[in-house]
Formats: sequence, structure tokens, C-alpha cells
Amino acid sequence: MTTERPRGARFLDQPIDARARLVVLVAAVLLAATYVLPLWNLTMFAPQYQDGLRLDIYSYTLVGGNDGQDIKEINVLNHYIGMRDLVNAEFTEFQWMPFVIGALGLLLLRAVVHATVVSLVDATMLFLYFGAFSLWSFGYKLYRYGHDLSPTAAMQVQPFMPPMFGYQQIANFEVYSYPRAASFAMAASLVLLLAALGWTWWRTRRTASHDEAAVRVAP
Amino acid sequence: MIRPRRLVWARVLTVAALAAAASQCTPSQPASRRAAGGAQSDLAIAAQKTYVAPGDLDEYYMFSSGGHSGQIYVYGLPSMRHLSTIPVFAPYPATGYGFDDDSKKMLGELTWGDAHHPALSETKGDYDGRWLFINEMNGRLARIDLRDFKTKQILGPVPNLHGNHASSFVTPNSEYAMMASRFSRPVPQRPVGVDKYATEYKGIIAGVKIDPTSGDMSLAWQILMPPFDYDLGDAGKLASDGWMFFTSYNTERATGKLEVTASQRDRDYIAAVDWRAAEKAIAAGQGDVIDGVRVLDPKKVPGLVYLMPCGKSPHGVDVAPDGNWIVGSGKLQGVTTVFNFEKIQTAIRNKDFTGEEDGIPVLKYESIKDAEVPVGLGPLHTQFGTDGWAYTSLFVDSAIAKWKLGTWEVVDKAPMSYSIGHLAAAEGDTVSPDGNYLVGLNKLSHGRHLSVGPSQPESSQLVDITEEKMKLLYDAFTEPEPHYAQIIKADKVKPIEVYPQAENKHPMAIWDIKDAGVTRNGKNVLVKMVAVRSTLTPTDFEVNAGDQVTVAITNIEQTTDELHGFGLLDYNINIVIDPGETKTVTFTAKKSGVFAYYCTNFCSALHQEMQGYMVVK
Repeated sequence: MTTERPRGARFLDQPIDARARLVVLVAAVLLAATYVLPLWNLTMFAPQYQDGLRLDIYSYTLVGGNDGQDIKEINVLNHYIGMRDLVNAEFTEFQWMPFVIGALGLLLLRAVVHATVVSLVDATMLFLYFGAFSLWSFGYKLYRYGHDLSPTAAMQVQPFMPPMFGYQQIANFEVYSYPRAASFAMAASLVLLLAALGWTWWRTRRTASHDEAAVRVAP
Repeated sequence: MIRPRRLVWARVLTVAALAAAASQCTPSQPASRRAAGGAQSDLAIAAQKTYVAPGDLDEYYMFSSGGHSGQIYVYGLPSMRHLSTIPVFAPYPATGYGFDDDSKKMLGELTWGDAHHPALSETKGDYDGRWLFINEMNGRLARIDLRDFKTKQILGPVPNLHGNHASSFVTPNSEYAMMASRFSRPVPQRPVGVDKYATEYKGIIAGVKIDPTSGDMSLAWQILMPPFDYDLGDAGKLASDGWMFFTSYNTERATGKLEVTASQRDRDYIAAVDWRAAEKAIAAGQGDVIDGVRVLDPKKVPGLVYLMPCGKSPHGVDVAPDGNWIVGSGKLQGVTTVFNFEKIQTAIRNKDFTGEEDGIPVLKYESIKDAEVPVGLGPLHTQFGTDGWAYTSLFVDSAIAKWKLGTWEVVDKAPMSYSIGHLAAAEGDTVSPDGNYLVGLNKLSHGRHLSVGPSQPESSQLVDITEEKMKLLYDAFTEPEPHYAQIIKADKVKPIEVYPQAENKHPMAIWDIKDAGVTRNGKNVLVKMVAVRSTLTPTDFEVNAGDQVTVAITNIEQTTDELHGFGLLDYNINIVIDPGETKTVTFTAKKSGVFAYYCTNFCSALHQEMQGYMVVK
């Protein structure tokens, strides 16, 4: 026997080293940001609203700017076009999202302790899936809000898709929609996971070639 | 020998030549008008100094009394833009004041008032931006909260005191606002002929205690005074803190044609009141209760009041920023008199008196006076700037005189258009005047504006006092009738823009449309209503003829400027509810039929749809 790890062992079964574990730990900690910081922000300006109406979306709640007043104002305005009220009860996401993010965090911690590539890949894949689902869900919500308009509303407008990312003019409003700190933290977390995987891949390859060299020089 | 006929012709020609010459000499305008035109560059500077660009804010608030309109006008300086009207002593449909239950109760039976002298609350002699007090001739005093610019309390009409003119002058830490009678009458009130005026009629000075936290006013004490006409006042500060000064005229105790009978003496009085002594006397249980008020008689409380002779029929008495000089302006003479507080105290200690009036010692004029400043004709009122500058309005001269405390030198005069009454300088009656601006509150405008018929507006002129020479910057025209005004740095006032929902403790407030509706208790009907863009809920309700109906409306908006009105046609009801506010209006449903109610204060794109019906069966 030349080495503990047989040559040609699957990458998934490889261990991850201390450096990668630390990076995964940081990625797990970054997820905590979603409990305190907003994920997304919608800001609307109009001639009558020079200071803008602001809506912050957290993983568990909606928060209006101006001490919550802006969300009431948005609802007052939206009722004229028959849009449903933006209220937490309408968002089932707020009930499961913090739980899922917590579960993701635990999976990451498991990867730190387990220290195998397979645990890290599992967590990363779930992370990617969760991220993609959340974005789709957000987009779908916006779509429904813009399309499920009351037929008896005072003002009949063409159903519309509010902006998910970027700027859009809707009637007298300039609407800006951009990710906020918690989304950046999640993105950073994902980047760190991928980095840990990449690092482990690169390190394993290097060790493997060392081993091959060792085998070649062996008598 | 010259023939007589030729002599006649010579005479005629001479007279004609002289007349022609004379007509060439008489100018078409007075000298002041010809001089006041101003160079183009001056006008450009004035325009720049008063121009507040769209969206920009003014530097100062000016709270100007509305005189017999009963209201207060709020201006921005230096633009002189009229920003709002605060209704105080008269109903004002624009804000629904005097129509809802609370303000209607506050106004009582009176639907007019003559509001003269606003006074901002002070801390250590400086404006603190909390409250504004204003007097009214029907024996009343009002407090406006500057947190929301609303009248919160009207005290009075108080007993005994008639014609509350020498008011509301606040003490340096807002311990008291003052009231004093312009008209004397028998105290207690009873029918006594004017022939007994000199002995049976009395003047009254009253101290109104201000609660330091709530601002709530309560009548603390009154002082029985000789039957003079008490005109204006000012509180002592710093060196003279604890004293209050009131001018008086008609010390002749005359009746009838006062313009003559009350102008006979060369000197009238400034009454110096030791208000701390009054406080102590009341605490010691002194004074007699007259018509429910504890009234102190200076005869029985020595040291309470002293009289300072001041020529002639003085109007303003103004305490200089350091509190040591007291400036009395006798409107029927050409000088303003400056008294020295230290000398007053010395004269009191030395009993340097020249007589007494109803037991009140009269101080010796020569012992307490520092200067007679030759400001000009008809001095009325003095305000202060930085570096010891004083500004005195001259009614007869129609000008403002600028002079220096200490050197008593008059350095400049600025003509006013026309007949200036009071003047107000930026924080000009505090311990630290700002300088910068001064506003002449003129009585006559004589058509310096587009003609609006015989009922002409008053004129308020903005003057730049930053330089050695005063410069007229701007003419503003106001509704009748600013007397005194207060000018405060804008950043000292911090108004809210909506009433926060959490602060609304009104027992009939509702915040959910589901809670709106009608409840009946015998003949009393309560309609709880929600006003929010763009519905008044309920949109209809029924009552029976003869019911006593209370409509309690909560404006559940928390957005700035989203006011809603409730106008009920044919019932003389119009109230306006600010965001977050609850107001009630109570009436008897006398007329039967159908009556529309609607939002009177334009609110939204569907404002016109914001309406409903009251059906009276």
C-alpha cells in the first residue's frame, strides 16, 4: 500500500481541509444576515412623493419606510387600481423561508463537522435550488399582484409585471427594485461555498498528481 | 409821474411772475418719496435677499397677530409669504375651526376676538419654540401649541378684568403670561355711573400661570390698580428678572372725550410689578376673593407695585436684552425714555418717591431715568438687534429710528409706508436678538398695492438691519390687522406633519373601516365614521327628526397633507380632520329629509366621489 487514499477514489468522498471548513463556516454565518437585514427593496417615486415610498422585504416580513407608513400608503394607492393589499398574511414564504434558511445553515455546519466533499456538495446544491426557487417565487408573487386586479376597481389598468430587478415607469411612479444586504450576504455565502469546493478540487488534484509521481518513482 | 393804469399792470405782472416762480418750486412728491426711489443695484440686492427659490425654505417664522380677525397669520421670512392662518378666537371654516365640538366649546359664545400681542414661550429669556400665547380684548388668553400649530386652550373671559390689551407678555422661563385691563370698570362688576370713574372704577393686572410641562394656563392672581388704561408690557429679564412692566395712559382718570381729557398730563406711568412678590403674597393667603379670583390690593401688599413716570401717554415699554434698560415710548412726544433698572432699585430702597396713586408709590423721574433719546415724533415700540442697537417705531413720523443703547445716539431713520405701529425684529425681544431682519407693522397702506376698493389691507414691510443703514426689502400686504408679531428662527420650531396613530387617545377613535357604524341610545345617535381615501364610511346613515346626533370622524391616514373634510349641507357643519385626528360634531337633526355630506378638503383623484347621505326620518 502506498497511500491511505486509494488512487482513483471518488472526489465526493474526499475530505475538505481546515481552510475550506473555515470558509464554509463563514458561509454559514453569513446566512444569519437574512434574520436581521432586508433581502430586497422596492422604492417608488412620483411627483407627489418626492421622498419616495419604500418597501423592504425581509425573509420573514414586509417593512414599509417612514415607520411602516409607506406600506399603508402603497396599499391606499393600489386600491384605486384594484390590487390586493400587501400584507404579511398573503406571503406564506414568510413562514417557511426562515426555517429553510436555518436548515441550510445547519447543513453547512454539518459539512464543516463532517468535512467531506459530499456533504458540502449536498448543501451547495440545496442552496442553489433554494435560491432559484425563492427568486422564481418572488417573481411569481409580483406577477400575480400585477395581474390579479379587481374588475370593479375605480381605475382599470392593463395588468402589468412590476420590476423584479431594475427600474420601470408605472403610471406616475418610477419604480426601482434591487436586492439589499441580505441577498448580497446570501450571494456571498454561495460564492464561498463554490470557492471551498473549487479549492478542495484543486487541492485534491494536486495531491493526486503528487501521489502519481510518488508511485512512478517507487521501486 | 407814472400813470395809475400802468401801475396796475405792473402789479399784475409781478404777482403772475411770483406765482409762476412759486409753482416751479413746489415739488410734486415729498422729499422722502423722492429720496426713497433707490438705485437699481439696491433693488436688485433687495430682490436677491428676499427671493426664496421654489422648494426652498424660509429662514424665520413670523407669527403676526390678526387683530380683530381674531386669528394669527404665519409668514415665512425673508420671502414674506403667508404660509398659514391659525384660527384662535373666531370660527374659520377653512380648517373647520369653531364647528367641531371641542373648538366650538373653546370659543364659547364669542365668535370674534381682538388679538393683539403674540408671545412665544421662553426658556432663560430665549424663544424655545414650544408655545405661542396671544391675548384678546374680551378678557381672554389663548395658547397655541407649536407642535401642531393648533389652538389648545382659551382662558377666560376672566372676571374683573375688562379689555385685555396689555397682554400676553411671557416671563423669561414662561412662568407667567400677563393680562392687564385697558378699560377700567367697577370691581366687582356692577352698574356705577362714569361720574364715579376716578374712585369706583379699577384697573386689573393679572398673572396667568403656565404649567411648565403641559403649557396649561390658569389664572393665578390679580392686582387691583388705579383706573388707568394699561396699554402694553414686557417682562424683565436677566438683571430685571422677576419684574413686569406695563405702560398706562389716562392717568388723568378722565372720562368722555379721552383724546383730549386723557392727554393733559405731561407724564403718565409705567407700572413696575414685582410678580414674585405677588406669588408670595398669594401663597401667604393675602388678597380678597372677588368674583372667584384672589385679588391683591397694593395698599395692603407694600413693594408689589411702583409707578415710573413716563412721558406722554406711553405705548410700548421694552426691556433691553441685558435687562438693565427699560425703554418707554410716549406716543405724544418726540423722545423715548430709557430707565435704568439699578437706579429703579436704588430709588425703591431709598424711598425716592414723589407721591402716590391709590397707595402705590410714584418713583422720582429724575432718579430712575438714564436718557431721553430724540428718536422722532410718535415713538410707539422698541425692538432690539445685535451690538446694543435699538429700533423704535415712529407712528407720526411714519419711520423707524435706529439708535444705540448707552450712547443714545440716533444713527439712522427709515421711512415706513405708512404710519407704523408695532415693529418686530428677529428674536428682537429676547436676551439674544438675531439682528438680520425687522418688520414694520404698518397701519396704513394707502394704495401701495393693486386697488382692492376702500377696505384696504395693512402693510408689513421687511427691513434689512444687517448694515449700518436700514434698507427696505419688501412690501407685504396682510389682512386686518397685525398689531405685534414674533419672529423666531425656523429651526427652533419642530412641528409634526401627521398625528401619530399611537398618540390618538380619543375615546371615539376607530382605525378600521369594519368598526364604522351607527349606535343609538334613546334619542342620542353616535355615528362613528372613518375618513380615508376616498370614502367616508358609513356612506349613509339614518336618524329620526329630533335626534341628537354625534358624528365622530377619524381620519385614519398617516400620510402628510391627506386632510379630509366633512361638510354636511343645510346643517351649517363643516369640519376638517387632519391625518390621524379624531373630531366630533354634535347637532340636533331638526330638519327632516335627505342631506348630503362630503369631503370638503380636496384629497385625491376620487375626492369628488367621497360623499354620503344622512336620511332624517
